[in-house]
Amino acid sequence: MQALIDTFFNVQIIGQIVPLLLRGLGMTALLCAVVIPVGFVGGTLVAVLSTVPSRLLRALLVIYVDVFRAFPPLVLLIFIYFGLPFLGIDLPAIVAVTIAFLLNTSSYYGEIVRAGIESIGRGQREAARSTGLTATQTMVYVILPQAVRTVVPDLIGNTLEVVKLTSIASVVALPELLYAARSAQALTYNPSPIVAAAALYLVLLWPFVRLLSRFEHRMLAVA
Amino acid sequence: MSGLGFTFFNLEVMARYLPAILQGFVLTIYLAVLIVISGIALGLVLALIRVLQIKPINALIVIAVDMLRALPPLVLIILLYFALPAAGVRLSGFGSTWLSLALVLAAFAEEIFWAGILSVPRGQWEAARSTGLSFAEALRFVVLPQAARLTVAPLTNRAIAITKGTALGSVVAVPEILTQATTAQSFSGNPSPLTLGAAAYLILFIPMVVLGRSIERRFSWKR
Repeated sequence: MQALIDTFFNVQIIGQIVPLLLRGLGMTALLCAVVIPVGFVGGTLVAVLSTVPSRLLRALLVIYVDVFRAFPPLVLLIFIYFGLPFLGIDLPAIVAVTIAFLLNTSSYYGEIVRAGIESIGRGQREAARSTGLTATQTMVYVILPQAVRTVVPDLIGNTLEVVKLTSIASVVALPELLYAARSAQALTYNPSPIVAAAALYLVLLWPFVRLLSRFEHRMLAVA
Repeated sequence: MSGLGFTFFNLEVMARYLPAILQGFVLTIYLAVLIVISGIALGLVLALIRVLQIKPINALIVIAVDMLRALPPLVLIILLYFALPAAGVRLSGFGSTWLSLALVLAAFAEEIFWAGILSVPRGQWEAARSTGLSFAEALRFVVLPQAARLTVAPLTNRAIAITKGTALGSVVAVPEILTQATTAQSFSGNPSPLTLGAAAYLILFIPMVVLGRSIERRFSWKR
């Protein structure tokens, strides 16, 4: 038992690498602060543009959404990070990560917001337009606020997935939490740092998982 | 433009590495099928155990499910692959990827099945039992068929999302599509294998994304 604790929950080692892990956690937080708003705004744009009358534009957006939902996010990231330098474009890791996340998460957020927009009755749009609001004003002040509110559980669920997904940035050597834990493991020859990082993810994300579970059960109670 | 074609669509390089990418393609499908079957089966078993309403066991299931939903899949894979050997348990890259993703899928599937079972009104249980059906018969012939309808759409989407996680296996050297593509790229010094890999992912996942969308339309959560 003591051997197991020394191996996986070695307090001494965890004490040494706490600063490294905290720096990693800070990078993860920074990454989230960049990719979540970028993905959400991109997705909302995709959803709003999907309501325009132009069939061509709508078809292009469906292709965009399907293609970028088809690529595993890690594949997108690797291709951007290792592929673009052949075009003479050398991107810092954080830019490559942001682009990959924009393409991936805007497709998912886009689908969610679009479902929300479709759930708002025609009457809302017609009433808003008849009071003299322009099409843009109708979308911004009348449709979107209601649409976003109806899909809040899905938005939280997707955001949770995005936060978890930031761990793939470790593959392109961005020093976020998982990368920090793996470097610490390599330095100390002990798996405790990885266990500590997993524990950090758990502690930080558990409340959101519980919240989601509550939402899901409430939705069924209404149905 | 011919330079671009030569760089990203170099036919000679593509022909040389096509067999490797195809091997990766087959392995990705094999891994994905294993994950989906074992993950959904385990999820169903857990949901059925939960129906028995044994308090301590239910609490354990809820905690395990929450943890698997909060941990990033890549962290889980790395934990199994790099940390477990310290305890004498050595899993291959393939094994860690399979086990991690199957467990994550099982957690989501359990939540979905459980929500589906809860959605069947109590009266159905009571009526079934009062006609003389046993507990197991009522579950098998009355409750589960009704619950199944609600679970199809979320289960399909979740299974597709987790299947895309097979790309994470590249971090622990599973020779799937992404590993084959990046290895070929570094050997040849040319990004054409990445192009092939991207095509392989699109061929594999575009049909799934389209399938997911149509299933969502047909079996929507709203009745």
